[in-house]
Order: sequence, then C-alpha cells, then structure tokens
Amino acid sequence: MSLPLDPSLGTATEIAAAVRTGQVSADDIVRLCLERIAALNPRLNAFTDVTAARALAKAGRIDAARARGETLPPLAGVPYAVKNLFDIEGLPTRAGSKINRERAPAEADSALGARLEAAGAILLGGLNMGEYAYDFTGQNVHDGNALNPHDPARMAGGSSGGSGTAVAAGMAPLALGSDTNGSIRVPSSLCGLFGLKPTFGRLTRHGTYPFVAEFDHLGPMARATADLALAYDLMQGPEPADGHLADRPVEPTVPELGKGLDGLRIGVLGDHFKRFGHPEAYRGVETVAAALGATEEAILPQATAARAAGFVITAATGSSLHFDRIRSRPQDYDPATRDRFIAGTMIPAPWLIGAQKLRSWYRDRARELFERFDILLAPATPCFAPRSEETTLVLDGVEVPLRPNMGVYTQAISFIGLPVATVPVWLEGAVLPIGVQVIAAPWREDLVLRVSAALEAAGTCRSFVAEVPA
Amino acid sequence: MKSPASDPAAFDAAAHVAHMEKMLGLTIEEAWRPSVVANMAAIAKAAELALSVDIPEDSEPAPVFRP
Repeated sequence: MSLPLDPSLGTATEIAAAVRTGQVSADDIVRLCLERIAALNPRLNAFTDVTAARALAKAGRIDAARARGETLPPLAGVPYAVKNLFDIEGLPTRAGSKINRERAPAEADSALGARLEAAGAILLGGLNMGEYAYDFTGQNVHDGNALNPHDPARMAGGSSGGSGTAVAAGMAPLALGSDTNGSIRVPSSLCGLFGLKPTFGRLTRHGTYPFVAEFDHLGPMARATADLALAYDLMQGPEPADGHLADRPVEPTVPELGKGLDGLRIGVLGDHFKRFGHPEAYRGVETVAAALGATEEAILPQATAARAAGFVITAATGSSLHFDRIRSRPQDYDPATRDRFIAGTMIPAPWLIGAQKLRSWYRDRARELFERFDILLAPATPCFAPRSEETTLVLDGVEVPLRPNMGVYTQAISFIGLPVATVPVWLEGAVLPIGVQVIAAPWREDLVLRVSAALEAAGTCRSFVAEVPA
Repeated sequence: MKSPASDPAAFDAAAHVAHMEKMLGLTIEEAWRPSVVANMAAIAKAAELALSVDIPEDSEPAPVFRP
C-alpha cells in the first residue's frame, strides 16, 4: 500500500491501515482534511457545518488509545461526513431547509452515524443537500449550490450533493447520503464516485429526517468499493426504534469482495433503460457490459410506468409530510421544492393507490427477471453533469425539466427497493465521469459490491480526487 | 382496457390547483402559480402513465413494502 503524498486523500481503507500501523496519526489526518475543507469549501459548498473541535477531540482519543497499545477499531482515524438530514449531536437537523433550523439541536447522532463512530470514524460535519431531498441537482437556495469538483461550473447532482462534492474533492474519503429516487446514485454518477444504495429496509433510518417513507434509503459514498463494503457492514444490524427496518441478519460483504465474476449471470436492461439517454449514458453501460462479458438484454416490463408511479407516490407522500408547513409558511421553502410540494398535496387518492398497486406488480416482474439474472446493468444518469444554470434537459428529443428527470433511470429501480452499486466510468477522452447502476435482487448487496470490486480491480471503473480548477 | 386516471381532455391543471388551493387553505402567490400548475400537470401525466398498465384488480397496494 502506498499512501498519496497527502495521506488524507487516501481511501478510507488506506487511512485506517495507516493510522493502525502508526504511519500517520489520526490528528494529522483530521487536520489535513480540515485544511482542505477550509481551502475548497468556500468555492464548492459541500459542508454546511464543520465539527472541527469534535473531530480533533476524537482524533486525540484515537491517537492516545494507540499510544497505550490498544487495538483500534476498523475505521479508527477515518474522517467522514453526513448529509445534513442525518442527526448530528448538538446541531438542528436542517435537511437542506431554512425551516428546520428552528428545530432543537439533536440530542444524539443518527443510528448510522453512531455505528461509524463506534468503529472509530471521525465526523467532520454536515453536508449540503437539495431542500428536503426533493432534488437531483445538489442546488439549494438557502446554502448555495454544491458544485462538481471535476468542473465547478457544473452540478454535483443531488440531493446528496454535498456528499458527492466532499468525497470527489478529497475533503473526506467517506460520506453518508440518502437515496429516495436516486439521491446517492445521481451525485455518484456526476462526481465519479462509488455509491451504495442498499436494499430498502436494510439499514436503519433512525435519527434522520424523512422524505418519502416508502422509498427512503441511506447508504455510503466513497472513492473505492472496499470503503463502501467496510462502512456498509458496520452499519447493518437491528434498531428497535425503526419500524421500517427489515428483519434480516447482518450479512457481511467484505469477505465477498474478492470472489470475482464466476457464475454470475449479468444482463443489460433494455427498453426504458435504452431510451431517454444521451450517448455517454449508453457508452458507460456498454463499457461496463463489455468488461463483464454481458451481452444479453433483460427487460423489466413497464419500467417507464413504474418510474411514473414512483413520481406520483413521492409527490403524495413527500407533500403529506410537509402538509402543515407548506400551507402555513410556503415562502420559507426553496422555490424549487415549494411548487412541487404544493402540487403534491392535490393528488386524488386513486392515483396514489393505483401507483402503489403497480409497485407490487412491478416487484413481481423483477422477481421473475432475477430467476434468469443475478446482476442487471443500467445507466445511473441520462447525461454527464449539467452546467449549473441549466434547468431543462432534452431526452429523446423532448425538452423536459432537469430537476426531476436526472432520475429517469434511478427512480425505476429504487421504486422496488433493489440494491444498487453505482460505479464510475471515465469514457475515452471524457473530462467528466458517468455512472452505471449495478443492480441485484433484494438483499444481494454482496453481489453488487462484488461486481463493483471486480470492475475497479480491472481498471474499468475508477474514482479519484478531482484536481479542482483554480 | 383500463379507464384513464383522469379524463385527459377535461383535466385542467390550473382549475384543479385553483380549486384545491381553496379547499386545503393553501397560499399560492401569482408568481409561483405557473410552476405549481406545471407540477400538477406533470403529476397528472405520470398518474396517467402509471395507471395505464393493465394489472390485476386484486394487486396488493404496497404502502408498507417488503422487498
């Protein structure tokens, strides 16, 4: 293992090993990250809160534990940050909003944050996001826009925009995000990161601010598959306070990562997933498919209608969450979410229930498809990171609003809670990355991470710290 | 053949918004109205598509979902 000149730019796995073996102190790692945040954050808007004192105190405890000869936990000394809808002890959980800043400070970290803390990870702060997570751009009228480190004139993607920006800019090796319709996968695609959206119900949401109960997922974003697996394994487990959590045993993925592709039946999703995209979206999938030797097309029936049903349920449930506030103080919302939340309050019940019925039906079609395939491939986004000022997108020759339509491929998958690893592809000559969704049957995070690791090992997919243009 | 989610010829997003605005006690400033109406029209279009799939009537709705 060779650490970069600046060890804080290593992967989480590399940093943990370097701290464990005493090559670098946790204090040095944290100070380097804080310096980088101070240098880059004013331009890129990744962090909304930096918990520097807390981070330095924790680093000191880790270094002291090592000096006493104690065995360090697996993420000891690894800095991380969380989308600001995760509770952080002592801060109001703003969820990208102005309104939530009036909330009482959180009394404890989120459950997932607490699990990373227990494993020795060090929180650097809260990350920018699209207001109330109703977003695919990373833009926020209250906190400014999270920008793309590979080209700051472009969007980071959202709604976990600050998470994408922070990891791609090297401010932190690991971030937690949430993904309701694509909010981990879209910024992972636009910022060139590995991202994991686990199966719906796999990871506890306790201590996070919700958006859509039916679809909200939490997961990690990083620059290496091994980091996703390590963090994910440590975050699994029961949480009695969480009614949505599935009753599943902890199923570690780290031991599975090196198992390669043998025996995996890999299909390339067609129909919906071969429409709407710009050329780079298809070329990304072709690149990954070629590396995996995947040639067979797989059809998930009615995916376009399924995506539309996800759109309806999101509007209805998300707006119900905000029903009182959107009536009493609409002026305090980001205009980009306000008008969507208002419209979402007006949905006739048969539209919502009809969409919920389609969800069960479509899940059954996916189950049938997984009898023939272990892995399905699809684009993560229809295009490279758009420029910040763009508000529309041309898909299949039709100009559509950009904000809801960056999720055209992701929404059709999270609609039924399938686990997805987003993997970053750099097409020949491209100056921006594009992500590909590696999708498996429910509870098979091990398979998506195995494929992600194989693609990374082969050099087909790679993630690196952006050289932020001056 | 399923009946449509709404009568596409008759569904008037602006009228629906104006009616529901009063029913629900919402405030919509005139500057926002076109955007709210556009969002309502997008939801109606999505519902149209979602409900156009001819699935069995006894399909289980999935408000609490177990994959």
